[in-house]
Amino acid sequence: MKFGIQVNEGPYTHEASVSALNFVKAALDAGHEIFRVFFYHDGVNNGTRLTTPPQDDINIVQSWSELAEKHNIDLVVCVAAAQRRGIVDEGEQERNGKDANNIAPGFRISGLGQLIEAGIQCDRLVVFGD
Amino acid sequence: MSTLHTVNKSPFDRPSLQTCLRLAGKDHAVLLFEDGVYGALQGSTVADTVKKALDTVSIYVLGADLKARGLSEDKLIDGIKIVDYKGFVELTVENDKVNAWL
Amino acid sequence: MSDVKKFMYVNRKAPYGTIYAWEALEVVLIGAAFEQDVSLAFVDDGVFQLVKGQDTTELGIKNFSPTYSALGDYDVNKIYVEKESLDARGLTIDDLMPLTYEDEDDDWAEKDSIRVVTAAEMAEILEQQDVVLSF
Repeated sequence: MKFGIQVNEGPYTHEASVSALNFVKAALDAGHEIFRVFFYHDGVNNGTRLTTPPQDDINIVQSWSELAEKHNIDLVVCVAAAQRRGIVDEGEQERNGKDANNIAPGFRISGLGQLIEAGIQCDRLVVFGD
Repeated sequence: MSTLHTVNKSPFDRPSLQTCLRLAGKDHAVLLFEDGVYGALQGSTVADTVKKALDTVSIYVLGADLKARGLSEDKLIDGIKIVDYKGFVELTVENDKVNAWL
Repeated sequence: MSDVKKFMYVNRKAPYGTIYAWEALEVVLIGAAFEQDVSLAFVDDGVFQLVKGQDTTELGIKNFSPTYSALGDYDVNKIYVEKESLDARGLTIDDLMPLTYEDEDDDWAEKDSIRVVTAAEMAEILEQQDVVLSF
């Protein structure tokens, strides 16, 4: 079965991102396909490589990056939400004249249409948020 | 269409569970996870609402979230079933869609 | 399954205190271009999003409430408001912004987009949806 996942909260304040990670891992273990994970609202904060959590804590951003690499998962950060919150890739850096970018490996920035497309293409859309 | 409803809020924080149960259809499934697991406790002010709902819907609670919060199975309202993440995925497959009551 | 899915946006949060209401509306506007069968539900504090007379001048933040009035132009004209949520908050439909659309099947007659429905009716509407986006 083909799943779309929406994550609406950042990596540490709220459990949503960890719940989504655990759900995605379980779905992959069961042989399902993760068509896309779409990060919206403060969920875009899952996409910054500049996080440095304490060593004894889970590195949520890195967990997403590793999962994406291992299973070729499409991690999409909403551009409108990302611009508000300072999540920047090279393209956005150039377009908006910023002095840096911070997108984590495996993530890409794209439009809200990617969420709607996931809703259309997937058998199930599962939302994690606050 | 059968629906899996997910509730991740404590019923003492906001009325997600109460609203979910008001709007869930017959034979739907409800999964309590994250802070939603507090809705599964016996003897609370919402326990009667939850017990009554068990007549029409199936209610599940995510074991990992229960454990993390120090809640044991014997604290749960009778009839609520514990699932793991594998079971969570299965519930989303068995039902036609997922409705998250955030 | 047909090419067109029934998309339901469930709005349960009040405006301004958090950004969810506004960013949910942004999804609806983008989603409208995908020619799916779109409905909006307003439940719990979500009904406060539609209250008329919103004025954010003193806050200095964007007043996005006029955007709801534009939904009809995007062919988003099935807006369901749960009666129980209105009642619980001491509101009636008269407290809400009048939202309208022009019905192309009825000589472009102006019609109300908002339908106040009971919990039982809302449950039935939710039952019929293919995809539920929750905010």
